[in-house]
Amino acid sequence: MLERVILLLCVLPVLAAQNCRPNAPEGHKVRLSIKTALGDEAYDWNENELFLFQSTMAYAMRRLKGQQFTVSNIVVCNETPRVSFWFVVTSPQDPSQLVPKGEVEEAVRKSRNRINQAFMLSDSTLEFIGILPTLAAPVEPPTPTWLIVFGVVMGLVVAGIFILLMLSSVQKKRKKNKIADEEEEDEDEGTRVQTPENGSTRVDYYNNSFADDERFTHM
Amino acid sequence: MALLSNFRTLCLPSHGLASTEFVEERPKWDNKVQYMLTCIGFAVGIGNVWRFPYLCQIYGGGAFLIPYLIALVFEGLPLLYLELAIGQRLRKSSIGVWTSISPLLGGVGIGSMIVSFLVSMFYNTILAWVLWYLFHSFQEPLPWSYCPLNENLTGFNEECEKSTPVNYFWYRETLNITPNIETSGSLQWWLVVCLASAWSIVYICFIKGIDSVGKAVYVTTTFPYLVLTIFLVRGLTLPGATDGLAYLFTPDWEILKNPQVWLDAATQIFFSLSVAFGGLISFSSYNSERNDCERDAVLVGVINSATSLYASIPIFSILGFKARSAFNSCLERNILTLTNHFEFSDQNVTLENYDQWYNHLNEKFPDQVQNLNLRECDLQTFLDQVLASGTGLAFIVFTEAVIEMPGSQVWAVLFFVMLFSLGLSSMFGNLEGVITPIRELHLVPKMIPNELLSGILCLISFGVALIFSLGSGNYWVEVFNGYVGSVPLLIIAFFEIISVIYIRGMKTFSDDIYLMTGRRPNIYWKACWLVISPLMLLVVLVAYVIVQAQKHPTYPTWNPSYELFPQTEVKDYPDWVFAIIVLLSSVPVLSIPLVALVRLICSRVKRSSAAVDLNPYDNSTFQIEVQEQRNPKA
Repeated sequence: MLERVILLLCVLPVLAAQNCRPNAPEGHKVRLSIKTALGDEAYDWNENELFLFQSTMAYAMRRLKGQQFTVSNIVVCNETPRVSFWFVVTSPQDPSQLVPKGEVEEAVRKSRNRINQAFMLSDSTLEFIGILPTLAAPVEPPTPTWLIVFGVVMGLVVAGIFILLMLSSVQKKRKKNKIADEEEEDEDEGTRVQTPENGSTRVDYYNNSFADDERFTHM
Repeated sequence: MALLSNFRTLCLPSHGLASTEFVEERPKWDNKVQYMLTCIGFAVGIGNVWRFPYLCQIYGGGAFLIPYLIALVFEGLPLLYLELAIGQRLRKSSIGVWTSISPLLGGVGIGSMIVSFLVSMFYNTILAWVLWYLFHSFQEPLPWSYCPLNENLTGFNEECEKSTPVNYFWYRETLNITPNIETSGSLQWWLVVCLASAWSIVYICFIKGIDSVGKAVYVTTTFPYLVLTIFLVRGLTLPGATDGLAYLFTPDWEILKNPQVWLDAATQIFFSLSVAFGGLISFSSYNSERNDCERDAVLVGVINSATSLYASIPIFSILGFKARSAFNSCLERNILTLTNHFEFSDQNVTLENYDQWYNHLNEKFPDQVQNLNLRECDLQTFLDQVLASGTGLAFIVFTEAVIEMPGSQVWAVLFFVMLFSLGLSSMFGNLEGVITPIRELHLVPKMIPNELLSGILCLISFGVALIFSLGSGNYWVEVFNGYVGSVPLLIIAFFEIISVIYIRGMKTFSDDIYLMTGRRPNIYWKACWLVISPLMLLVVLVAYVIVQAQKHPTYPTWNPSYELFPQTEVKDYPDWVFAIIVLLSSVPVLSIPLVALVRLICSRVKRSSAAVDLNPYDNSTFQIEVQEQRNPKA
């Protein structure tokens, strides 16, 4: 009995290992580009990082299925210096059973952001071959930015046109009045009393109303 | 009898140019600087930035400067000097000047006016596009840097995927272009809005005639130089700048044997200086009579060419940067493929040691490397790809380059404001060439103030220019650009030079110049005016027409359902468009013989009808005397 249990325990990892190989039916390939993403701050890939990967995958599977996945359920093989490897997920109840590919994909999609953040990578530097990242819709502000800029520019231009037209019509009126005033002055020049000018005010001792009558009543 | 009297009424206002009334009100420049800036602004336009560098590059870089400078010295400067001198002397706009020389030549002025009107319409449409891009340059990220998602949000828009985001933004989101010129599509409201803004901005600068234009040019003419300098500094510090500059300036002396080079150099100088539009004549007519127009002409011509050269340096530095970035991306893609396939450590293969690795791997595992289908990355190919002129340069190539530069928004805003200023100062000249002749022809009653006339003209131009905001608008802009602003101008310029030198007379013109500048024109000017420039113009005109007539005109179209998309499909112009092209080229030119004919008939009618005039109140003898007095005003 004990021997059988020991045999089973020895055989199971081998079985699992046999299930994990490149292009395994339920396996996924993972590729990390740490140096590309982090440059000088890149960390080395070692067993500890691999352990982190296994635990995050276990977390993702737990989140999806609610079953008690552990690190030993994530079987990794074929590591390369690239850093890339294959992994398969075994079921917690039955270690010889592999979790179907679709479920693994779903788990990865659901927790993709958390997995990326654990490694300080992004969708393009932590690649799960075959699982495409969902596209982020570009952020669109409620009012398109260009309309705002256009509104500002056009507001200024229209205001400017208005002001300039007003100014020029006011100037023309002033010119007309000035010409009319000058004509008046020419007519009345003979009869007007010249008073000494005291800066701005010019006191006119002449009785203007009488002059107006003279102009209008041509009897 | 009725026919003769009809001719009479046609003939009567022809001499009534009311020169005395107009001279009293004639506006003046506030100072010399305004005048120079306006002329320079008119000459220096968008073409200096997006046409000259392209020509310089395809015609053998440094070697192209030789035909260009020869054309400037023997064709450009003499024509420029002629226009400025005659305008300053006769103190009228284009129609008035030619009618003063001889009443039969009024058509030259009318031709200039029509060409100015047609050019101002499509030129302002280009400014509307520049405004559209300017408004969008404030967005983060730049809208032409990413593809929008398709309807069910599963992937990117198909048209954008097949071509590039920059192409998609230009052809689809800006122009919403139709597959060919026959399909008109509908009015694109956003383009209508931008067109309205462009015309409003032109109107506000032109509202008080040269009073407001003279103030506006302090900004619109000087700002582009500031931006070009900023771009020069930025461009030269970008990686790949030297590739672009080497590409531009490496001389290919063999190319000088190709006559097409000389033709293109001559036409480029001619169109770049904006002669024959009538605007320069008007501008110089507002000068005082004792102004040294020889120095002005040389200055404007030299500054125009210097600006073209100066602009080509930052443009080509940035294009070189773009080619180098594309080349690096190509290499990086190959590196990724190799790294992934052979499972090397990340960043083992870099841009620097790519070649070594490639050769090494090719020797050891040739089959595997072949199977990878690595792209051939050749810097020269990428440099050829970035070569573009016109709207392709500004809205596709340059915008793509700007995305790669750090701080893209700033560079995009600067670039488009520069293009807008360049275009705006040229628009002033175009409008001047339309408004002042209208005033002089007395087509509008005198009580309509100038502001109202400018406003009405801008409104009419805006209305007609709505054609260019249809789906097929871009194709129409190309039609106008290619056929209105080319052959008619050459013909008008030829008639201008013949009128001044041969009809007015070299002697009278020399006297005019002596009166204005205090010295007679030297042998260089005389030789150019008498022989070299008219000959060059004639040769260029004939060669141009022959080259155009050799093939049926075609145009590139953007057709998403074309099998070789995203390449542009080249199509022939349909017959009705061809008819419009012929109309556009010939109407400005037809006015010359037409007006001459009408005036000839008028003078015959007057002479013949003097004896049989039955109107007792009309003292026709007095009339004829007055006319004969006015005629030899030349």
